[in-house]
Amino acid sequence: MIANFIFSLLLIAAAWLFTRNVKRISRNIRMGKKVSINDQKPKRWKLMARVAIGQSKMTTRPVSAIMHLFVYVGFIVINIEMIEILIDGVFGTHRILSFAGSAYPVLISLFEIFALLVIVACIVFLIRRNWIRLGRFWTREMTPWPRSDANIILVTEILLMSSILLMNASDGLLQDRGSLHYAVVGPFLISDLIKPLLAGLPDASLIVIERSTWWFHIIGVLVFLNYITYSKHFHILLSFPNVYYSKLGPLGKMDNMPSITQEVKLMLNPQITADHTANEEEMGQFGARDVNDLNWKLLMDAYTCTQCGRCTSSCPASMTGKKLSPRKIVMDVRFRAEELGRYLHRNGNGKGDGKSLFDRIEAEELWACTTCNACVEECPVNIDPLAVILELRRYLVMEKAAAPGELNATFSNMENNGAPWQFSNEDRMQWAGTN
Amino acid sequence: MADLTAKGEKPEYLFWVGCAGAFDDRYKKVTRAFARILNHLGCSYAVLGKEESCTGDPARRAGNEMLFQMQALQLIELFHSYEIGKIITICPHCYNVFKNEYPDLGGHFEVISYVDFLDKAIRVGQLKPDFEKFSGVRITYHDPCYLGRANGIYESPRSILNSLTGKLLEMKRNSQLALCCGAGGGQMFKEAEKGDKEIFIERTGEALATEPDIIATACPFCMIMITDGIKYKNREDEVKNYDIAELIALSLGN
Repeated sequence: MIANFIFSLLLIAAAWLFTRNVKRISRNIRMGKKVSINDQKPKRWKLMARVAIGQSKMTTRPVSAIMHLFVYVGFIVINIEMIEILIDGVFGTHRILSFAGSAYPVLISLFEIFALLVIVACIVFLIRRNWIRLGRFWTREMTPWPRSDANIILVTEILLMSSILLMNASDGLLQDRGSLHYAVVGPFLISDLIKPLLAGLPDASLIVIERSTWWFHIIGVLVFLNYITYSKHFHILLSFPNVYYSKLGPLGKMDNMPSITQEVKLMLNPQITADHTANEEEMGQFGARDVNDLNWKLLMDAYTCTQCGRCTSSCPASMTGKKLSPRKIVMDVRFRAEELGRYLHRNGNGKGDGKSLFDRIEAEELWACTTCNACVEECPVNIDPLAVILELRRYLVMEKAAAPGELNATFSNMENNGAPWQFSNEDRMQWAGTN
Repeated sequence: MADLTAKGEKPEYLFWVGCAGAFDDRYKKVTRAFARILNHLGCSYAVLGKEESCTGDPARRAGNEMLFQMQALQLIELFHSYEIGKIITICPHCYNVFKNEYPDLGGHFEVISYVDFLDKAIRVGQLKPDFEKFSGVRITYHDPCYLGRANGIYESPRSILNSLTGKLLEMKRNSQLALCCGAGGGQMFKEAEKGDKEIFIERTGEALATEPDIIATACPFCMIMITDGIKYKNREDEVKNYDIAELIALSLGN
């Protein structure tokens, strides 16, 4: 059958494209510095089960948590339906899973309940974004593309779910009328309710509706599969590994820079003048200027971010009108990784394109951070915007000597009198003397 | 510490005072309060006095890793020379670097936050605050980021304050979701970036919304910010800002 052939061709093309797109993302993530994260595996699996699969960090905001749960569970459950569509498509069968007998209508009805819940959730999400205009969806970094991206995803999901319901409703009517090829496998819980809308149509029209919604659904899914690799929606795949590779220790711990330790030891103890010059060349650059100075986990963070903005809405700097927005930092890392990845791919792995993260992120944003970890704590998929901010600060201070003046004064105080303030060490015991 | 070592004695704890505890006039009172509690408990402790120096925390958070490691490596050497095993800090920022970051540089010590220390002393009955002293007094607690989110210490300050007042008042944003006072990450030492509000005013507003008599803090920087916030709101006559150590010292009546 020609239809089966076209279907198989579409399937192969979509799978091939998707593989290519995933390779692109993986290539971009691997631009990051190598770090090994494979300790404490049992703990990591448990964390992934709780935070990613179990959605535990979503609960702080109950409305979006429940709505998101509908979409998340719906997505997983309705994917079982995809198995049937794929088999039917390749082999020209119709509703192959109906061999399950009386379990079949139960299964389809379950899919339909979730399809309806997904539609409800997506409508609520669209209302929150576009009509209620929740603050966190309208900050500075939410430019037209991120806003459209969100709306495209929500509308697509509504259309995909509606097509299932419409398909089942027309199928159900054809079953009722004893139409050829439409064996009785119903009833279906939700689509039965919309049957009256189609009841006036002749069989031929119903068959057209049933077939076109079937094709619309599967082609939609295949296009969507590839769309998400360009979209924030890629979180549906990366959330799981991203949580697995989370930082496990206390949030307060900053990454050490061993390259500096050797240098400082030499400064403190000039007698050891071992291989000084050789070391200096190996040390490389301090901090991060561009995405490939960050470790790969921070780039995976950026590709996992679905721009929900919980980080920014909990950031003390953002909420008091400062330029800093943790979500913007994470988005900038992704957009820059895309840009640099594309450039390096086209031009061989030679020199960069002369641009850096600092073309997107201003120093003023970085200096507004209080390192309070609210953004890290909030993120439902354990993204660490703070680590990026601190690496960029390191670059500004150690490579560019570009700290704000007051902080330079603090540094000198610390060097000269061992305290961030200009007090003499001789006065350190005054607290004990006065009453 | 130097004096005890000269006498051949080795105290159990190093009481790390910190720069704010030594130089900030308000926080000096907290240092004295905690020292009084240590004396009351008959603890064997010493301070480094003039040998203390900044842990390097603000430098590291402000991107100056070089300066941080200079400070850290020198202090680790000093600690090793006194064979220090246990460190009690009254500053969460010092606590965090000692506990989490010095081990990377070869400094392995048992680091104890004063709130954990006080909580334990009350639990085991060594420390018996006069629970009547604060009955009916409305107290709310501001979580310092470097005790709370950074190190997961939420319970011990709450258990202390609950035992003092019976019922601690929680702010809208508390524990894991607490709002920063605005001073971390080097902000203490610079003007805030341009915005439409100061963070400490926002946070003080949340604290005042619980209608407290006392806002309890557990960090020198938070204390500076919250005290400023109370003044900014012209509420310093009715609302006081005390450190947890001061509240316990007060309840001990000495």
